Parts: sequence; C-alpha cells; structure tokens
Amino acid sequence: MTLLSFDWPLLLEKFVLIAIIVFTTLGIALYTTFGERKVAAILQDRPGPNRAGPFGILQPLADGVKMFTKEEIIPTHANKWLFILGPGLAMVAALMTCAVIPWGGTVHIFNRDVVLQVTDINIGILYIFAVVSMGIYGIMIGGWASNNKFSLISSLRAASQAISYELAMGLSLIALIFVTGNLSLGEMVKQQQTHWWNIVYQPLGFLIFFICAMAECNRTPFDLPEAENELNFGYHQEYSSMKLGFYLFAEYINMIMSSAVMASLYFGGYDIPFVDDNLLYNSSGIWHTLAPFCQVGTLLLKIVFFIFVFMWIRWTIPRFRYDQLMNLGWKTLIPLALINMVITGSLIILKINHWHF
Amino acid sequence: MNLIQIIFWFLSSFAVISAIMVLVSKSPVHSVLWLIAVFFAISGHYILLNAQFLAIVNLIVYAGAIMVLFLFVIMMMNLNKDTDPQKNIWIKLAGAVSGGCLLMVLVSLVKQATEINGKEAMLGKGDIGLIGTLGKVLFTDFVVPFEISSVLFLSAMVGAVVIGKKDSKLENN
Repeated sequence: MTLLSFDWPLLLEKFVLIAIIVFTTLGIALYTTFGERKVAAILQDRPGPNRAGPFGILQPLADGVKMFTKEEIIPTHANKWLFILGPGLAMVAALMTCAVIPWGGTVHIFNRDVVLQVTDINIGILYIFAVVSMGIYGIMIGGWASNNKFSLISSLRAASQAISYELAMGLSLIALIFVTGNLSLGEMVKQQQTHWWNIVYQPLGFLIFFICAMAECNRTPFDLPEAENELNFGYHQEYSSMKLGFYLFAEYINMIMSSAVMASLYFGGYDIPFVDDNLLYNSSGIWHTLAPFCQVGTLLLKIVFFIFVFMWIRWTIPRFRYDQLMNLGWKTLIPLALINMVITGSLIILKINHWHF
Repeated sequence: MNLIQIIFWFLSSFAVISAIMVLVSKSPVHSVLWLIAVFFAISGHYILLNAQFLAIVNLIVYAGAIMVLFLFVIMMMNLNKDTDPQKNIWIKLAGAVSGGCLLMVLVSLVKQATEINGKEAMLGKGDIGLIGTLGKVLFTDFVVPFEISSVLFLSAMVGAVVIGKKDSKLENN
C-alpha cells in the first residue's frame, strides 16, 4: 500500500491543530461581537448588553440562537446556489488565513515537537494576499445573486474598495520584505525575537498597512459597502438567518486575522516583550513547559489590543464619502507607500555599501 | 498509481470540465465563476511542480484581480442569458471546426518536439519555481526581457488612463 504511506501522526497532528485554531478563532469572534457592543456602549456612555447572564456575558450565545432560529428566506428570482455560496465563501476565505500565522513556538507533547503553525510556506504573505482577494468573491457573488439593485451596487463598491486598497497594502509590504529579506511569516517572527520589532524600521509602512487592513475588513470609516443611509443595508440586504450571520461573522474573523497578521509582521508576533524567549525555552522546570503557552497568550493579547483599536476607531470616526475613500486610497496611500519603498530600498543599499555613496 | 498521479488526474479532469462549463453555461457570470475554478486547478498543477510562487501569483493576479474586474463589468452591465445575443448555428459550427484545427496543430507540435519527448516532469522537486531562484534568474539572466515587459505594462496603463480621461473640451460645451 504505497498509496497510504503518509506520515499519519503528522496528518493527525495538523488536523488537531487546525481544529483547535479554527474553533478558538470562532470563539474569539463570538466574543468580539460582545466586546464591540460593550466598547460602543462605554464610548457612548451607556450600559450596553447586560441582561443575559452576569454582565451580559451570555449575550453572544443569545444572538447565535436568534440567528439560527430565524426564518430562512431566499428571494424568488435569486440564483439559489450562488445565493448560498456567497456567505460560505466569505466565511471560508476569512478562516483560511489562519493556516500561515505562527501562533507560538514549539510544544513538546507525546514525544513529538509540535510547531504551533499549520504550515510555514516560504510565500506566507503572498498566500494571505491570495486568500484576501478570494474574500471579495463572497461579497460579489452574494450581492449579485440577491437580485437586488442595492445589493449589487454595494457589492461592486466593496470590490472596488478592496482592489484599490490591496494595491497600497502590497506596496507597503514590499518595503517590509526589503527589511526582512523573506516572505515566510514564521521566519519574520523569529527575526524579530532577536532584533527590534519591525515597527521600529517601518512605522510609515505599518500605518499604511493598518489603514488598508481596516478598509479590507470593511470597518468604519471604510464601511461603504454597508452604508445603510445610501444603500438600505448593503450587500447582505436580502440575507436572513445564519446566512446573514455568516457575513457578519466573517467580518469579525477578518478583523481577528488582520490583527494577527499585523502583530506577526510588525509587533513581533508571539515574541514576549522584554523577555528572551530562547532563555525561557532552555530553562528547566515549569517555565520550560509553559513557554509556548505564554507565547500564544502574548500573541492573543496583541490581537485583542488591535481589535480594541479597530473598535475604538469605529465608534469615534464617521464614515468617508465614496470620493474621499478613493482619493485617500489612490492619491495619498499609494504615493506614500511608494515613497516609503524608495526610502527603505535606498537605505538598505547604503547599509550594504557600509554607508558610502 | 501513486498519490501524486491521483492528484494530477483529479486536477486535470477538474480543469477540463470547468473549462467546458465556461463555454457551455448560458449566464456570463457563471462562465466567469467556472473560469476561476480553472485557475484554481492550474494553480494546483503548479504546486505539484513545486512552483509555489507561480501558483500563488496565478491566484492573486488572475483569479483575484483580473476575474474580479471581469465579474465587475458583467454585473454592472447586467448581462444575463436574456440579453446575451444567441449566435447563428453555422457560426458556432465554424468556431468549433477552427478551434479543433488549432488543437490538432498544437497536439502535433507537442508530439514532434524532440526536446520534450520521453522526458518526465519534475514533480515535487526542482526549485526553479521557488521565489528566491525565480527572482535571481529574472534579475540576472533575463533582466532585459523582464524590464521590457514592464515597459509594456506601463504603456498599457498610460493607454488606459488616456482612454478613461474625460475630454475637458466636451465638458465645457
């Protein structure tokens, strides 16, 4: 049986890892919805959800039950298959990003060294780009299949916004790749463990990346696709029940994933600040066992911080007008990213020449 | 048949069936979606050849950007099977015959090419498709064609801007 000559334990290991990551992400996304409502409430000086359970902690479960038990409506002239495919694609594309994110170091369990990253392909960043561009299809197909003019216009808006901001995002990342010299996320985090975090070398690049990530996630001030005062409700207007839930949920998962990517690229990923991680690994006793879990915790803390910043911005800044959005993307961010790229490139060449012109 | 062969046959049949569906489906939006499926299958082939960079760039550029624009235009124009003009049966027949002739020429060309006769594709090994190797080759051995092709892209971009630019004289009148 040469056909079945896999490394079965490896397959099992990866399968368990993927299951843990996906379910943890879903859990965090569930509570991000709760967090969003609480943050909004605090910023607007009101109590927020506080009825279901202590401090309203069961509110996401109540929302989930509500979503599942609502009536499922498919519009009469809608294309049924594509109508269902839309939210599914959005969800799949959102979750696929987690495959290349390094969640932590190495765990030694059952006599195996388990790396807390599903796969460390040498083109990790490009993989993320490919997945992000697949996410657009979820919105476009859903908006078109609804057979509703408002949904269609809003999905086209979403697509043009995503394409415009992907350009600036890619250009800002090229400067980062100049600095790190490779495209694998695992390698990048390892470099940041021994050197400074990349934010020190690329502050402008990070700012551009952050703005573009916000636009890719359709978060306010970039939530033009859901501009309810112009487009009724946006691309998911005809959706009800859990299909609507998937669209809303995919937005939160995108937020988590872009926070994780930002933390990994610019803020050291799972690197514990002010602590030498290798020292922790080489020490004996309880810290040796706990080290990978501390790293995962650190990454999660960084993710939660970024999510909070996302929410903070959402409830502080009003929405852009569409021409302002396009002007910002094409006339401000892309030139800035290009200048950043030129400066970074010339500095690196100067450094290779030992600072001689 | 080992695992790689099974994957190869699966991907190939998936690509061919999707390509046929591009032609057969009546709605242009469905055609575009099937074309995206073809790109995915071809990217799978690239990965089998250990050309990960090509695979992912194929997805980013073709499936992620160009097809989105196609879809954009088709959705914006609201093209569907009612508005799509149905071609004459003779024109369809002529298209099928000429397409078949082209296929025959290509197949006979591949069969006669002595360079590839009896050679096997490098599956899962060979590092020419990896990003580091590819970058070195492009910027040393093939730097002139590479730069010339970038000039071609630039001229296409300038052309698009010129076509898309509003005529200021027309607007003033």
